Amino acid sequence: MSRELSGSRLLRWLMTFCCLLLINACDRRDYAPSVSAEDGPPVPGDTILIGSGADAVTLLPVLASDSTSGDINGLVYNGLVRYDKNLEIEGALAESWEVSEDNLVLTFHLRRDVLWHDGAPFTAEDVLFTYELLVDPETPTAYADRYRQVAEAQVVDNYTFRVRYHEPLAPALISWAFPIHPRHLLEGAELTRSPLAARPVGTGPYRLVDWRRGERIVLEANPDYFEGPPYIQRVVYRVIPDSTTMFLELQSGGLDYMGLTPLQYAMQTDTPAFRRRFRKYRYPAFAYTYLGYNLQRPLFQDRRVRQALSYAIDKQEIIDGVLLGLGQVADGPYTPGSWVHHPQLRQYDYNPGRARELLAEAGWSDRNGDGFLEKDGRSLAFTIVTNQGNDQRVKAGEIIQRRLAEVGVQVRLRVVEWATFLNEFINPGNFDATILGWSGGIDPDVYNVWHSSKTGPGELNFIGFKNAEADELLEQGRRTFDLEERRRIYHRFQEILAEEQPYTFLYVPESLPVVAARFRGIEPAAAGIMHNFIRWYVPAEEQKYRR
Amino acid sequence: MISYLLKRLVLMVPLLLGITLVSFVVIHLAPGEPTDLQTQLNPEVSAELQQRLRAQYDLDRPLLVQYGKWLSRLVRLDFGDSFSQDRRPVTAKIAERLPVTILINVLSITLILAVAVPVGILAAVRRNSTFDRLTTLFVFIGFATPSFWLALLLMDLLGVRYGLFPVVGLKSLGHDYLSFTARVFDILRHLVLPVFVSAFGGLAGFSRYMRANMLEVIRQDYILTARAKGLTERRVIGHHALRNALLPVITILGLSVPGLIGGSVIFETIFAIPGMGKLFYDGVMMRDYPLIMGILVIGAILTLVGNLLADLGYALADPRIRRG
Repeated sequence: MSRELSGSRLLRWLMTFCCLLLINACDRRDYAPSVSAEDGPPVPGDTILIGSGADAVTLLPVLASDSTSGDINGLVYNGLVRYDKNLEIEGALAESWEVSEDNLVLTFHLRRDVLWHDGAPFTAEDVLFTYELLVDPETPTAYADRYRQVAEAQVVDNYTFRVRYHEPLAPALISWAFPIHPRHLLEGAELTRSPLAARPVGTGPYRLVDWRRGERIVLEANPDYFEGPPYIQRVVYRVIPDSTTMFLELQSGGLDYMGLTPLQYAMQTDTPAFRRRFRKYRYPAFAYTYLGYNLQRPLFQDRRVRQALSYAIDKQEIIDGVLLGLGQVADGPYTPGSWVHHPQLRQYDYNPGRARELLAEAGWSDRNGDGFLEKDGRSLAFTIVTNQGNDQRVKAGEIIQRRLAEVGVQVRLRVVEWATFLNEFINPGNFDATILGWSGGIDPDVYNVWHSSKTGPGELNFIGFKNAEADELLEQGRRTFDLEERRRIYHRFQEILAEEQPYTFLYVPESLPVVAARFRGIEPAAAGIMHNFIRWYVPAEEQKYRR
Repeated sequence: MISYLLKRLVLMVPLLLGITLVSFVVIHLAPGEPTDLQTQLNPEVSAELQQRLRAQYDLDRPLLVQYGKWLSRLVRLDFGDSFSQDRRPVTAKIAERLPVTILINVLSITLILAVAVPVGILAAVRRNSTFDRLTTLFVFIGFATPSFWLALLLMDLLGVRYGLFPVVGLKSLGHDYLSFTARVFDILRHLVLPVFVSAFGGLAGFSRYMRANMLEVIRQDYILTARAKGLTERRVIGHHALRNALLPVITILGLSVPGLIGGSVIFETIFAIPGMGKLFYDGVMMRDYPLIMGILVIGAILTLVGNLLADLGYALADPRIRRG
């Protein structure tokens, strides 16, 4: 009797507690920048606090391969070229460049007004040194492959750098966006023990002043930056591994910038208080998630089966359920809206009737009345494997499982830890189908993922896609410099993929950054919002941190 | 006594070797390698480059050779360099995480003892009173509450809505510009939530344990004798009963010595505290063998030493063990 009593008391106590939480939905620590205020002229000052899920690993770009290191290196170093806000290539450390008639030689003319953070002048010797670092077999770098296509690299004079390639290579130019390392500080030293991994010296708009591992990284504006000093005086990356915690810290005023999850973007930021204090942005990421079929398996060798599966999956439903609508339907390897994307591809809108027809054509029918299809005594069943730790993929898998069951396909879902997933399933080709994603590439060259020569163990065409015409297009595509010509080549390539459906392309997720409202000068563009970071500013009367 | 100590110390060496061998083999049995994160599914990396990277880490050599190399470094007290791309010495990585972890663990154990011991005694002495019932209820809630959930609720309520405590980390942004007292105060304010949450589960369990011990002891004959002598209740409980009730508690404390350097991944992740738990977890996820082995060896040594100390304590207290 007394147990029950205490039980109901507990319940009441808990309910009171929860109500308290609800009542206090209004934040009294709100600081409100007046929305009507004129955005004054850009002035220097203030600090931006950026939330990061992981600490940087090393600030030597040649060794780094994690995204936080990449973000920070992007502020500390420069490449010869870079993408502008419309994702066209523009000069950074290079003022201009020439491509020879035969497309084999690139000549870069470098800026003469660039200083390293320690005051030493930047010259073509630094570029040559960076190249040599990248191709040195002793350097443990993941970036060597592209630079080993270079036949010869030479310093013409202090401000001219020239590379000759064995064969024309269209992505060659943008490969020189790689951060240039300072020769005078690295030459002759053992790279992996260089102090620069923790105290980088670059040419970029910010220089590192403090790094407390696992806690924060502090950068300060470089007053000598060759494009003019950035307005925001300090950038602080704060390491907060848990995204829920990060969001709480954002609300309590301890962060000015973070990437939101779809749930946070759609459900937790729609209050007047939040809108007053922050600006949300959304734009498609350069990434897509797909369901890939192992083409070595007899089941998936029939194109009609793959097409049927694509028809049976409702992509919009996955986007609504998993990304809460914050994504786009993917129909190929390129982000919709990018210059190379084919706008009139064959679409696989949700059509279970068409899926059943195609499966029937391929000889699959429900002979024993169990609700699943059979052919030659074998039932239409397969397993989707995906990796642990990516909730979106698992949820997408569950939705797919149900939709496919409706057309008589039995799907099992298996979620495996990342290293096991790669080594036991993907690399040995020991899987039926997998949900994975690709990200990163802005250049349309996808040779490594789709060419038939890349099907070996550990290579990226692990589904075993082989198509002679596609092979030829991929080879042409990376040898062609003319944009129109390249577009035509990759359009045809996308048509082949749309017809063959080696993947069912699922969705393109969106980047969902949020920035404190006091920051002005943000220009959303195809490249996102960070492209003009050095031109962001805070009007004098709204500046929050004096130093 | 000295010979007993020497014997135990000598026996620890093969034990430690055995532990390292088993750990080394087991972590290498797990699929995947340190270079995977950098190279696998990376469109920029060819199969040949992957092989080259493996060779740089000696991963292409037989397991026993790798173990031998590792062991020969260990006897020179060198844990080697981490396999993560920063290639920093394992000792440096552990050293920068250790103080925070120990600080929080010590504070949380102190808090647990300071609260759980009196609560347990009171609950035992006033068995079946309202106080006892309330603490029983509290214990069940404490056991049942997932610490990450409690942490998030407290952060939202006390951190975001009322602004009483900072949400994450151990220092505020302007920490370095504060005076010394303000700095200490700043760190204390940051520590309130993490220490409370990490103590919360243990608080519940420990007070139960203390209560059970105390109940056991106050039923003994000598307590009856003490009461019969006419001692005050305070003296009976506080002096005669408490000493004996605390003995098993001290044993448990001895066993928690290795726990002082172990952190909790969940809890460190939520509060964004760079501690040992996260370091180890990340090390395991990226198969950073030298780092994993380094932490395991330190843990193994502390466990062995903790056991030795406990045994020595028994030997001091109990002549039968000493002579046997």
